[in-house]
Amino acid sequence: MLTARVIPCLDVDGGRVVKGIRFQGLRDAGDPAERAAAYQADGADELAMLDVSATPQGRDNARHTVAALRRALSIPLTVGGGVRRLDDAARLLEAGADKVAVNTAAHRRPQLVAEIAERFGSQCAVVAIDAARRRQGEGWEVVVHSGRERTGRDAIAWAGEVEARGAGEILLTSWDRDGTRTGYDTALIAAVAATVGLPIVASGGAAVPGHLVAAIRAGAAAVLAASIFHDGDYGLGCVKAAMARAGIPVRPAG
Amino acid sequence: MKAREAVVCRTGTANLASVFAGLRRAGGAPRMASCPADLRAAERVVLPGVGAFGAAMAALAEDGMAAPLRQRLAEGLPTLAICVGLQLLARASEESPGVTGLGALEASVTPFPDGVRRPQFGWNEVVAGAGCRLLVSGHAYFANSYRLAAAPEGWHAAMADHGGPFVAALERDAVVACQFHPELSGPWGVALIARWLALPC
Repeated sequence: MLTARVIPCLDVDGGRVVKGIRFQGLRDAGDPAERAAAYQADGADELAMLDVSATPQGRDNARHTVAALRRALSIPLTVGGGVRRLDDAARLLEAGADKVAVNTAAHRRPQLVAEIAERFGSQCAVVAIDAARRRQGEGWEVVVHSGRERTGRDAIAWAGEVEARGAGEILLTSWDRDGTRTGYDTALIAAVAATVGLPIVASGGAAVPGHLVAAIRAGAAAVLAASIFHDGDYGLGCVKAAMARAGIPVRPAG
Repeated sequence: MKAREAVVCRTGTANLASVFAGLRRAGGAPRMASCPADLRAAERVVLPGVGAFGAAMAALAEDGMAAPLRQRLAEGLPTLAICVGLQLLARASEESPGVTGLGALEASVTPFPDGVRRPQFGWNEVVAGAGCRLLVSGHAYFANSYRLAAAPEGWHAAMADHGGPFVAALERDAVVACQFHPELSGPWGVALIARWLALPC
């Protein structure tokens, strides 16, 4: 049967990993390809790279980073950050990404999701949804521009819309939990999982293996995390062993 | 050791970076097929494919690749089909009604049943059946919404389960067709590609 995926995420700026310095056993913890290869060897099921560059120069470097990651990896690679047009997606796929994640640009122009799905297939089209609990009333709203803008758009309805437009996967980040180390927002995961048939990658808030277990039980097909792995508190093998002990099918390392 | 040349068919606009990287990692020397004659002369052919069945068949037809592909498949020459590439070997697919496939498999492609996540994205356990030479059991990476529900006659199969059994891969002579992506299936996938590349041509 299909196993739950564990996906380390690298935040990359100008060709360098910008989060986490305590990862062990590397000559240079800031080199994305070296870090990615170490994660792969430890049992990562997939790798995500988020380009957090703020400049055009940084964006050019991101493509070189994607190419270097592709050479280092024999597992799938998802790349997000700064994908505004079909051409941006094309360049990342040519450089070696297997999937591209769109976020703010899809919110501005939902047709972008359909364009990527039609041109490259739904399996390439990931929509990243950053969701925050509404300040008033029930439910979650979509936030964009790295959380600086609350859109008022219902996050659950948006998930349904991107599915209808051809998305192949949803990368669902809880903006309330991201960086808090208090665990994924399992209510959010369950609400989206009940609405769409797409696989959901849960993101935001993981600090201990139990958090990843809870996200899968809530309906996520995969869990994405950054600091839990970068900080070296838990290795991939340790996390996957904990998931297996909890009865969640995982791919054995190797 | 001399790198083993593998000629890759265009099956649409999808990127092939991972397929090329995977072939190189396994000791292959991939290059794109440029014309039908290229495909007839090639020792090894790779038929990748992502996206829709109909679009991929249209791309093959446009390039004149369908006929030489049918011929190599019938002769059992070294051919590696990946993902939609496997589906193209079938007669037809519910994804693109009315489109004729390459017909090497006496089977039709159908969607995964309701009640399971679609697409199937991720690592699934593959169990190689009796008679498989190149295919072995292990975990493989899949990205598909359609599949063959049962192994067609005359092929050795490896199976997996997603809402019921489905065909993970098939082999016959020097033809290997994988529903999964060997190029994204870690060292296990690289080893499979290497075994295929090492077949006598």
